[in-house]
Amino acid sequence: MNLLKSRETVLGVAILALLALIASRFPGFVTPSNLARVLTDTSPLILLALGQMAVILTKCIDLSVAANLALCGMIAALMNGAGVPLPLILVAVIALGAALGAVNGLMVWKLGIPSIVVTLGTMTIYRGTIFLLTNGAWINAHQMSEGFKAFPRTVIAGLPVMTWIALAVVAGVAVLMNRTALGRAFHAVGGNPHAAVYTGISVGRTQFAAFVLAGALAGLTGYLWVARYAVAYVDIAGGFELDVVAACVIGGIAIAGGSGTVAGCVMGALFLGIIKNALPVVGISPFWQMAISGAAILIAIAFNATSQRETGRIILKQAEHLT
Amino acid sequence: MSTTTRQIPDRLTSPLSRALKSWEALLLVVAVAIFIANSLASPYFLDPWNLSDASFNFTEKAMIAFAMAMLIIAGEIDLSVGSIIALASTVMGAAAAAGAGTPSLVVLGLGTGLVCGAFNGLLVARFGLPSIVVTIGTMSLFRGISYIALGDGAYTQYPGSFAWFGQGYVWWVITVELVIFALAALAFGILLHRTNFGRMVFAIGNNATAARFSGIRVEKIRFILFLLTGLMSGIAAICLTSRLGSTRPSIASGFELEVVTIVVLGGVSILGGSGSILGVVLAALVMGLVTFGLGLLNVPGIVMSIIVGLLLIAVIALPRLWTKLRL
Repeated sequence: MNLLKSRETVLGVAILALLALIASRFPGFVTPSNLARVLTDTSPLILLALGQMAVILTKCIDLSVAANLALCGMIAALMNGAGVPLPLILVAVIALGAALGAVNGLMVWKLGIPSIVVTLGTMTIYRGTIFLLTNGAWINAHQMSEGFKAFPRTVIAGLPVMTWIALAVVAGVAVLMNRTALGRAFHAVGGNPHAAVYTGISVGRTQFAAFVLAGALAGLTGYLWVARYAVAYVDIAGGFELDVVAACVIGGIAIAGGSGTVAGCVMGALFLGIIKNALPVVGISPFWQMAISGAAILIAIAFNATSQRETGRIILKQAEHLT
Repeated sequence: MSTTTRQIPDRLTSPLSRALKSWEALLLVVAVAIFIANSLASPYFLDPWNLSDASFNFTEKAMIAFAMAMLIIAGEIDLSVGSIIALASTVMGAAAAAGAGTPSLVVLGLGTGLVCGAFNGLLVARFGLPSIVVTIGTMSLFRGISYIALGDGAYTQYPGSFAWFGQGYVWWVITVELVIFALAALAFGILLHRTNFGRMVFAIGNNATAARFSGIRVEKIRFILFLLTGLMSGIAAICLTSRLGSTRPSIASGFELEVVTIVVLGGVSILGGSGSILGVVLAALVMGLVTFGLGLLNVPGIVMSIIVGLLLIAVIALPRLWTKLRL
């Protein structure tokens, strides 16, 4: 009964219905190899959405993730140009991404500035920094080493490394959310900050941790993005932060914090990824994509609001029915 | 979001000393300082025609900022304003391409703004959805419709008389946009600070529940505020389209950030409940002077956006840092 009503089931059915609809006219879209391609294409969105999920769970929002991605991607390309070995680049972009996330987190934690203001500001600062570093120049494929470009595309057991990384992060975040104290703290802080304080959880520190996680994932994705598309410039992933928030909202992460699952988040990202990949196949101009994701966000929040109104915040529902 | 306790002093200080210590006074000092610094840095700054040109840096954004200030004071936000401009401009462009005259273009621009604002307002006020996500959604939706209509094309066939709004002068160097800006400042100043409606906006921003219990129709006021923001975005769309003489779907992208920055720089609390139109006017002047001054010094646009971002964070962080270090 609960399974039928759950957010994930509804979303899963929606995704299957979407795939069935596309398959009815273009059977080639649902072949395993093409679905794997869609999964790979959606990997950056999944990675960022998982980080954003942690941030949104704690009642914050991070609009700077796409700028963070672009900056870390550019740094990765510059380091590669300077001859730094790939493992070191990977460590560096994750650390840098985490540091950029920490800047956001510190301002939210220590100064109590609303996250939307902080990240609106850092969004432009991070992206502007790319311009300061490069004077607006592009780093193109021929300026990147073969190993740098090949790593995310190397196929292992049928899937590219980038997809394996995304799957590994999904598993890692799922463990973090469901099996660790920090994961519970993310939910507790968003569900009821005052109660969280009384149980000994620092609200600010937890929000800080969420921003660091989102930043680290954005940094990692920055390298993957630049290596996969083999180009780095100021505007890469421009506006991607909205897709990320959209994926979370569609995935049923409550924007007021405290509720949401990894499975929902991943399915929200996949939903958008399937639409994006299906549009050219179905013969609809890619210019439709922005309006469709906007409409998807609105439908999803309207749906969230009605479904949440019914269940409300009743904890221990079974117990309530018993009494 | 942490709850703040407000301290109410036993005795109020004199009105004059309060005025001198106010955020608006600080902004005025900053504006004058930037003005002097600019006139020393570049010999071209004090030219009246240059200054008149420079006013375009802020007039369109400030028109929206007045309505946005009221919205933020009431505890809501609208991130879709740039996209409303894009959609309104696209509608006007399509009509102009079909041969519509200037009066009908103006009606269409204002109408599109109102419809978009009503759509936001309906979702927020009627269905009780959080305004930040609603307007992130409509931000994609409205601009997305522009992209569907235009793709990578552009509308450029505007009638000659339509250029008056963005390129016309009322008297000497006083542009039409500057007059609209001043009238809007006056109207919103009166609306926020001298009417019942304005008091209700403050009441909702401070405590929406208490406001409801005191008989204020909270939803209706929220709806009207979104409508006003849509209307001002429509007016800004007319000015911007008229000034540029062309419409692309990417028109006015990033406006929402600069409008919110002007509002916050103007001393409006992002958590709602306090702020003034005078502050927003001064903040718009400061932003305009900064961008114009940097432009004269050949600083590229993206570096200016870094400075705007730093400004946004600094004006909020510094007072908090100050109280933290003093306590």
